[in-house]
Amino acid sequence: MLHIKCPHCGIRSQNEFSYGGDATVKRPELGKEISDQDWDNFVYNRKSLRGKHWELWQHLSGCRQWIKVQRDTATHEIFKTLKANEEIS
Amino acid sequence: MTQSFRLESGGFINRDKKISFKFNGKNYYGYEGDTLASALIANGVHLIGRSFKYHRPRGFFGAGVDEPYAIVQLYRNGETEPNIKATEQELFEGLEAKSVNCWPSVNFDVGAINNFLKIFLPAGFYYKTFMWPKSFWYKIYEPFIRRAAGLGTASIKHDKERYEHKYEYCDVLITGSGPSGLASAYSAAKNGAKVILAEDKSRFGGTLLTSEVNIGNQSGKEWADSIISELKEMPNVTVKNRSQVFGYYDHNMLVMSERISDHLPKTKKFHPKQRLWYIRAKEVLISSGSIERPIVFGNNDTPGVMLSSAAKEYMKVYGVLVGKKPLVFTNNDSGYETAIEFKKNGIDPIILDTRKEPQSEIIEEAKNMNINIKNSYVVVAAQGYKKVKSADVAKISDNKEELGSIENIACDCICVSGFWTPTIHLASQSGNKTKFNEDIDAFVPGISKQNEKTLGAANGIYTLEETLKDSFEKGNLLSKKITNNENKISFPNVVEKKSTVHDKFWCVPLPKGKNYKRFLDFQNDVAVSDIEIALKEGYRSIEHVKRYTTLGMATDQGKTSNLNGLQLVSKIENKVVPAVGHTTFRPPYSPVSIGAIVGREVGKHSKPTRKSPMHSWHKKNNAVFVDAGVWLRPRYYKRGEENLFEASKREARNVRTNVGVCDVTTLGKIDIKGPDAAELLNRVYTNAWLKLPVGKARYGVMLREDGIVMDDGTTTRISENHYHMTTTTAQAANVLSHLEYYLQLVWPELNVNVVSTTEQWAGAAIAGPKSREVLKKLFPKSDVSNEGLPFMGYMEADLFGVKAKIYRISFSGELAYEVNVESDNGYFMWEKIIEAGEEFGIQPYGTEALSTLRIEMGHVAGSELDGRTIPYDNSLEGLLSKKKDFIGKRSLSRKAFAAEDRQKIVGVVPLDKKTSIPEGSHLVKDSNAPLPNPKLGYISASCWSVEHDNPFSLAILKDGKNMIGEKLFVMSPLKNKVIPVEIVSSHYVDPKGERVRS
Ligand SMILES: [Zn+2]
Repeated sequence: MLHIKCPHCGIRSQNEFSYGGDATVKRPELGKEISDQDWDNFVYNRKSLRGKHWELWQHLSGCRQWIKVQRDTATHEIFKTLKANEEIS
Repeated sequence: MTQSFRLESGGFINRDKKISFKFNGKNYYGYEGDTLASALIANGVHLIGRSFKYHRPRGFFGAGVDEPYAIVQLYRNGETEPNIKATEQELFEGLEAKSVNCWPSVNFDVGAINNFLKIFLPAGFYYKTFMWPKSFWYKIYEPFIRRAAGLGTASIKHDKERYEHKYEYCDVLITGSGPSGLASAYSAAKNGAKVILAEDKSRFGGTLLTSEVNIGNQSGKEWADSIISELKEMPNVTVKNRSQVFGYYDHNMLVMSERISDHLPKTKKFHPKQRLWYIRAKEVLISSGSIERPIVFGNNDTPGVMLSSAAKEYMKVYGVLVGKKPLVFTNNDSGYETAIEFKKNGIDPIILDTRKEPQSEIIEEAKNMNINIKNSYVVVAAQGYKKVKSADVAKISDNKEELGSIENIACDCICVSGFWTPTIHLASQSGNKTKFNEDIDAFVPGISKQNEKTLGAANGIYTLEETLKDSFEKGNLLSKKITNNENKISFPNVVEKKSTVHDKFWCVPLPKGKNYKRFLDFQNDVAVSDIEIALKEGYRSIEHVKRYTTLGMATDQGKTSNLNGLQLVSKIENKVVPAVGHTTFRPPYSPVSIGAIVGREVGKHSKPTRKSPMHSWHKKNNAVFVDAGVWLRPRYYKRGEENLFEASKREARNVRTNVGVCDVTTLGKIDIKGPDAAELLNRVYTNAWLKLPVGKARYGVMLREDGIVMDDGTTTRISENHYHMTTTTAQAANVLSHLEYYLQLVWPELNVNVVSTTEQWAGAAIAGPKSREVLKKLFPKSDVSNEGLPFMGYMEADLFGVKAKIYRISFSGELAYEVNVESDNGYFMWEKIIEAGEEFGIQPYGTEALSTLRIEMGHVAGSELDGRTIPYDNSLEGLLSKKKDFIGKRSLSRKAFAAEDRQKIVGVVPLDKKTSIPEGSHLVKDSNAPLPNPKLGYISASCWSVEHDNPFSLAILKDGKNMIGEKLFVMSPLKNKVIPVEIVSSHYVDPKGERVRS
């Protein structure tokens, strides 16, 4: 079980969180034209990275905030966590 | 039976307390402090089971967790448990155990004919022989193999025992209470660190219990006892025996199983049987010691052949002799310690040492005791079937390849020592890449991956002095880092006998003309020849060899088999051992009971149960409940001898003709507040929301980004910036997360707050043509007329002093209202509704009638919104705004979603108007078409239409739009039904929706 540092609550066990996928995907703006290819990329296509990966988690059984977590998908090492409004650097 | 192999004195057992027990139906006794193994050996019982594959007789090989053979079926307090190691099971009064793997009995075993006929099952035997014909597997092969092999029998009864889970945090977790564990725990504890010290066995001390050493003028055991009692007094230390740390997981979380009651005849009241600890440790010190390695020789699986360290442990801890004519076969000094212990107890051992002229303090002592030592000697083969009777021995050449002439020595046990293998399972599980240590011919932990350090023998350090020094220091350093406190401990004076280097000899060659089985893996019956076959057949990777031959599988996890197997592969492959590598060590290190893993999450505790505030009323009124997610909801209210079908029909009919009331507390409710609330709704719902007036409700559909319907429900504008959203019972949590996702990550500029209020409101749906009459009585001061409270209207009203909210919305298709009050007033509200409705014939209705009503109305619910359908499929396309964008809209233009013959919801009626249609059935054009019959659609929900008094179903059907009036067949191979049906509109009742507006 992972140990995740919620930027709002501190270090908590993984079972308080739920996983939310790739954090680098940006939702296309509502009402803007978008090609089929770009839309498919947004909805379906994800890289399956081995290594460092920015991903979303929600602190479901805690503060309910969505957070950004940089995790190594192979070793599970967590390098950094950010609040929803903090930019990935 | 007398304990003819029990020594007059010695051991740490309590000879004042006799304990009687049964093995294979026979009565024996032992002493308090015995294991089942030590008590059986004391009684001269060495035949304990049959081997897994060949059904060869099996005795005892070890004295603890490393035991590969002595697995029994245990009976305790009316319960039975398989796969119990006799070497780990502590004796208790009334214990009963039976052999496994034998049929019909341990002494005569049908499976063993395989052995005598020499039709040995070679590597891959199962794959090769039992594969064809395929149809034979379930009926013939598997039952036969199961019966003849047997792996114990799991009880099919409900386990009455209680198992608990516990979460714990500590600074330093130490796994094992041998010298390294004690020393590191002591120094860490002295520095004020929060320490957990876990010991697998019942006694603390590890090898200190059996070795002839002195620490600070105390014997090893005395020193261990004094450290333990001091640790137990310290408030920052938790000391646990009978506790196995079996798994090392991510981020320094380890799991330990504590056997609280297994050693007692019966679990004490309010005590659990076992407790599983999830321990998050800042630092982990692995002090799991080492396991003696066998030497491979002919018939080395005969009962009486065992590890020399086990023989010593039986003498020193239990006062039990494993034999009276022992042969010690060793390649290092450890065998001498066992021989010396025999000699001290008046038994004359013979030592066969593979080394030519070894010299050390220990060897000197053995010589001084006049022990018969034969150098450059090996055991070629054990003789005897159910017990060792003698050993064929021979001199071996210096290059270890040529055997001299065979001599036979009478003996009743062969104690083997092939040096020591560090127990690196936990370190390896932590992600540590192990490295090969040439000096000890074994793998040791390499660079730490997590916060783990390995100490003492587990790290390949085999002298006590070095172990203690290293352990005191590591315990001190790691804890100091955490507590910023240092309490130096003076290092005690250590006296131990010096030993010399071991001989890297592990396998005795076969003598000419002999074809003895030489076993590597004793638990899984893997012999040298099996590995040879596997390699000949082209298996190269050690992971493949393992799976093909079963080497190191099951509970053994390579404890005794691993290294000799690797040695053999490396020899045949002409590679060095590290190049072969070892297989992955997986948790659990030792078997853990399913009960412990499940913990308290059994039966009603397997998930939380939510009850509405009206639950007790439902119960009093004969409600039959059903699980709806985590909620318990009335399915129907039973009257007299009614069954589900009759009751739900009565309830549904009463809604259509009079008035009914349904508990809808379980509906998800989300409170939405803020100046941008309307904007949020407009983005997440498919229809328009910006112009909804205050005091009005609207039905909405929410999509996922991929265009699939996520949920539906009504949302009401309570005031300017305040909305009340309802969701389906099942999707309540997901919808809230969904809204939070967009608000926090995608549109942080929207000024809106959302919060779940599901539990805050109790809800009752009052439905039926007479519902307004009921409402008038409930709210005499409010105008609930069709003008005062029109369809999709909302008002706040006074319910006899209680604040109530009335939503005029309908799921049943009838004139209907939903009344909400604060949860605490739910019961009051419900009673008032029943009271007011009495004169109008009100009846409560459950989820079954609720379903019937919505199905015949053609209202979609969870079985249609099943994560596979888009709005069009559910005839909800009218709710898709063309003027604005919303979540999921772009996906709806995908080709398949816009196809002309796209699936759509329809109604289905059987032609005979009698046969009910099973949910999940398929719709086909021709019931006699060859299989696989092309599927046109599926039945999503079925009911008995109370309006038409015949069966009615909803279906999702290909090209549903153009199928109305078609005749098709419903097929349910599961229920063996073929039903001719007609496709009709999904709106089977009041298709114009006039009733809800009446
Ligand atoms: Zn949090």
